[in-house]
Amino acid sequence: MGILEVKNVNKRFGGLQALGDVNLSIAENSVHAIIGPNGAGKSTLLNVLVGKLIPDTGSVMFDGQSVLGRKPFEINQMGISRVFQTPEIFSDLTVLENMMIPIFAKRDGAFRMHAVESTENEKDILAQAEEMLESLNLADDRHMHSAAMSRGNKRRLEIGMCLAQEPRLLLLDEPTAGMARADTNNTIDLLKQISDERDITIAIIEHDMHVVFSLAERITVLAQGTPLVEDTPDKIKGHPKVREAYLGETAA
Amino acid sequence: MINTKIHDMRMLVIVAILALLAPFILNPFPEGSALAQFNAGYPDLMQRFMIFGIFAIGFNLLFGLTGYLSFGHAAFLGVGSYSVVWMYKLLDYNIAPGLILAVVVSGVFALMIGYVSLRRSGIYFSILTLAFAQMMFAIAYSDLLGRFMGTTLTNGETGLQVYTSDPQYLINDWEAAPHLFGLFEMRSTYTLELGAWSFDFNAGYYLCALILVLMFYISIRIFRSPFGLMLRAVKSNQTRMNYTGLNTRPYMLAVFVISGMYAGLAGGLMASMDPLAGAERMQWTASGEVVLMTILGGAGTLIGPVVGAGFIKYFENIFSKINDSVLHGWFGFLPDSLENAAVWVVEHFVGSGWHLTLGVLFMLIVIFLPGGLVEGGQRVMKVFSKKKPEEEATQSKPAE
Repeated sequence: MGILEVKNVNKRFGGLQALGDVNLSIAENSVHAIIGPNGAGKSTLLNVLVGKLIPDTGSVMFDGQSVLGRKPFEINQMGISRVFQTPEIFSDLTVLENMMIPIFAKRDGAFRMHAVESTENEKDILAQAEEMLESLNLADDRHMHSAAMSRGNKRRLEIGMCLAQEPRLLLLDEPTAGMARADTNNTIDLLKQISDERDITIAIIEHDMHVVFSLAERITVLAQGTPLVEDTPDKIKGHPKVREAYLGETAA
Repeated sequence: MINTKIHDMRMLVIVAILALLAPFILNPFPEGSALAQFNAGYPDLMQRFMIFGIFAIGFNLLFGLTGYLSFGHAAFLGVGSYSVVWMYKLLDYNIAPGLILAVVVSGVFALMIGYVSLRRSGIYFSILTLAFAQMMFAIAYSDLLGRFMGTTLTNGETGLQVYTSDPQYLINDWEAAPHLFGLFEMRSTYTLELGAWSFDFNAGYYLCALILVLMFYISIRIFRSPFGLMLRAVKSNQTRMNYTGLNTRPYMLAVFVISGMYAGLAGGLMASMDPLAGAERMQWTASGEVVLMTILGGAGTLIGPVVGAGFIKYFENIFSKINDSVLHGWFGFLPDSLENAAVWVVEHFVGSGWHLTLGVLFMLIVIFLPGGLVEGGQRVMKVFSKKKPEEEATQSKPAE
């Protein structure tokens, strides 16, 4: 049994079958990549996993509990964190404030009103946020407006914000899209480090094969809304079906 | 980063001192001089500065922190006024029970309106709040609820006031005007004559000023609290907030209720200064006014709403007092034809046409000072203190 079990999931948008009979099992503490050409249904699948979309049929179980019908914040509280394609951070706030918010959320749950005490007096939260920034090499920028950071650092911050909540499953939606090579490599190193150091499962949706093959332990190939093959990176590389799906080659 | 605590305390002290000395500051011109019409130091106007200041501070808690633009805050103002007048009618002229009731009732109304309106964001939220406020205005103006119950509740377009036939169960013989536990009447004023100058010290004004300083302090605390941080996060990125395991709805509702209570308190104080409550207080123009005040002063800043409220109320008062004869006095040095032309142009911007001036000022400020008057003040300060460049250098340090 994997930590995330997707069974017979179907999703239609009008006449378009976005997901057809998707079965997927992600093993605990692994790095699992989901790849596929444009329009394969990768993003739809991700949106189903985080509660943004509800599938027409099928079930999605996280650690034995169904995630279907729950709101995004409830799914997050179950231990699933999501990193977006374009970094979703609080760009009006400073880097330190950005990092404090998920830690507050972790401590206080969905809602608790602390309207009287001062943020500056929350020593525990501050210390945790500082420590996290330290480990991400962002500590020097702590008082900077997060909107002013580079794309790569925004991504680091977003990943850090997710990690601050100590999730059990980290979902990444094309984390290196639109990034320079150096930033991409930094992100790969960061993710490697995370998966080595923590008890965490990482599911990554990616276009960039360099990223996929440097990170993934298992790869699922999605085409036209259906999983084509699932295997180790080495097997996937030479798989005829994958070549066909990606390059349109006929199996000769 | 400058120490925010010291900065906030300094601001609070400045507001307190300004409020304390307002009777002097607002009356800089001697009585009877040509410039005396620019004086604003009379009790009625000073009370309005403070009351609208409270209103705008509360509005800014919602709009400044979360970016949710409520277009129906005047409804809570009206609810507060009616509550206070009802306490006059039922008990006596002591304002304390009325103010407490005003805060509670406006809080309840805010809870109901907020619960429904906060299901939507952006323009839909604004329209929902506007719709609720206009509904409440219509109900108050026609006294629909009162007629339904076979009594008067808001007394329709006449407005609610105290009659001798009212029960007033706790009334004493000496009570004739709003007072606080019999300590002082709101209208009691001490006038200090100093040469050609005269300064009014009004009890009601000082009560309003005290409450404003208190409300300003509470607003600082909310801005600097984790709760305030969460609200700023909602404004900055609601998506990330949802995927951070936080339910934004209760945060929004809490601040909406707090903001409504501020408005209710302001409305209650209006009726404390002048024992009347009319439906026009709830009209959408009143809701729009507080939006203008907050944006003009600087939305999202601590002091901005107070500055904006003072600015609008001052100019409203001064400009609307200027009439034809005053204008002819000003342009008297010109030849007749030019004088008439000048008066004809200017008269559209003063008196009842003062809103035209407000519109022009608002446009200029929004275009050239998007951060409001507070940003203007900061720019002026920067020009005068051109040192401390190192502070800015650290702020905009590029990322590695």
